[in-house]
Amino acid sequence: MARIIVVTSGKGGVGKTTTSASISTGLAKRGHKTVVIDFDVGLRNLDLIMNCERRVVYDFVNVIQGEASLNQALIRDKRVDTLYILPASQTREKEALTKDGVEKVINELSETFDYIVCDSPAGIEHGALMALYYADEAIVVTNPEVSSVRDSDRILGILQSKSRRAEMGQDPVKEHLLLTRYNPSRVEKGEMLSVADVEEILAIPLLGVIPESQIVLNASNQGLPVILEEDSDAGQAYDDAVARLLGEEREHRFMTSQKKGFFSRMFKGG
Amino acid sequence: MSDTATSGVKQGFQLKSASVSMTALELYYFDDSEFEEVLRDKISQAPGFFKDIPLIISLEKYQGLDSELDFFKMIGTCRRNHIHVIGVRGGTDDQRRLARGAALALLPGNGQRDRTHEAEQAAADEAEAAVVAASTSAAGDPPPAKIISQPVRSGQQIHAPEGDLVILAPVQAGAEVLAAGNIHVYGPLRGRALAGIHGAESARVFCQSLEAELVSIAGHYKISEDLQDNGWKSAVQIQLRDDLLVVTPLDKA
Repeated sequence: MARIIVVTSGKGGVGKTTTSASISTGLAKRGHKTVVIDFDVGLRNLDLIMNCERRVVYDFVNVIQGEASLNQALIRDKRVDTLYILPASQTREKEALTKDGVEKVINELSETFDYIVCDSPAGIEHGALMALYYADEAIVVTNPEVSSVRDSDRILGILQSKSRRAEMGQDPVKEHLLLTRYNPSRVEKGEMLSVADVEEILAIPLLGVIPESQIVLNASNQGLPVILEEDSDAGQAYDDAVARLLGEEREHRFMTSQKKGFFSRMFKGG
Repeated sequence: MSDTATSGVKQGFQLKSASVSMTALELYYFDDSEFEEVLRDKISQAPGFFKDIPLIISLEKYQGLDSELDFFKMIGTCRRNHIHVIGVRGGTDDQRRLARGAALALLPGNGQRDRTHEAEQAAADEAEAAVVAASTSAAGDPPPAKIISQPVRSGQQIHAPEGDLVILAPVQAGAEVLAAGNIHVYGPLRGRALAGIHGAESARVFCQSLEAELVSIAGHYKISEDLQDNGWKSAVQIQLRDDLLVVTPLDKA
């Protein structure tokens, strides 16, 4: 049985797709057969970040509606061969994702994959609910600002009340906090919430802190999951997060604005 | 999807207790034509007030014959005058059976014991039994407290319609907790807490860190702005004294 992980946030623009791309790439790089599904029907982005947008023939909705088989729709990543992408449809409505249809696809994927990463759309509407419904675990992507924290809190409540695990009365969805766009020097100036603030408010375990970095943007624009930028602090932070997701103990990094860290980032062009 | 849907509510509705003040028509005897005449006279004194109001017919002072009690005629007369009879209060078993036949709701009365000596005795015995029952149930079986150990997240609502509500986790901003009795939050209270929702003025709110958006006891409330001067972000209890919410630190209580 595959582990089903939803990457969600409530708020838009916090880094869900970036995180989905990096986490799934990181899992696959460690040899786990991984598929990442784009649930953002109508606002397809994952294929851009994974640099496979020109290879999309069939999509998730085609599979749900029986117009294509899973094998036809799955795109194999060119960099990591245990990684597959199931792209979203750009032309359909989110309502095309039916509960039964999604279940059928997830069950079929479960038979052959170790990890299924679901990239949720923003909001708490149908698409987001479908993305989280079958999840065993959730990575809640949060920026260190109050509105993002509030929305993450909202989505945590939905995970505990509207997921399949909640409805069936099974063990609750395992929650992980991933803080992205973290800028320690701005935290010190009081312009951003600190890791401790966010942890205190949301009261869920911290999976990782991804520092704010130009590298993330550059990588996205080039269609490269930032975790593959192995020399960058953001790439290493994602690598740490994947290791923790797999049960490894790793000390949290990039949480303070050490002078050394700051300069080395400057010299690397970060 | 609506907000309530996210709190896991599956039914189309919920039953809530409501108390409404209503007009009662205290009936002494019933004569069809006189009834309508008096009714019209009363309505003419305040036509706006009586338009489409619900009405209950109190039988506690009724002295006429049961055979004269024609509820269908009463309902019809009232309806013609835009008044809706919804039930009866008090009355003997026979009278209440008649009312039931006219599809009226039956409300308990409290004047029945004036009727006859026998009835008085019986009612007194009954009342005594009720008191005993009430005290034993109070001693042995208080309304159960609802205990929640998960954080109450933004957008969620937790409702304890009978007793106390105990939350062993944070109540987040944008969440709402309501209880008929006291509310205990063993964590920060960042959302809205409404204790004594059925009017219990003795209800209190206890929390480990007061950061609430709103605190209400029996309908008397304070919003975040008014709470910040006293005990903010510390462990406090909030109670109602002379219609005012009073915040006291827990270590000085």
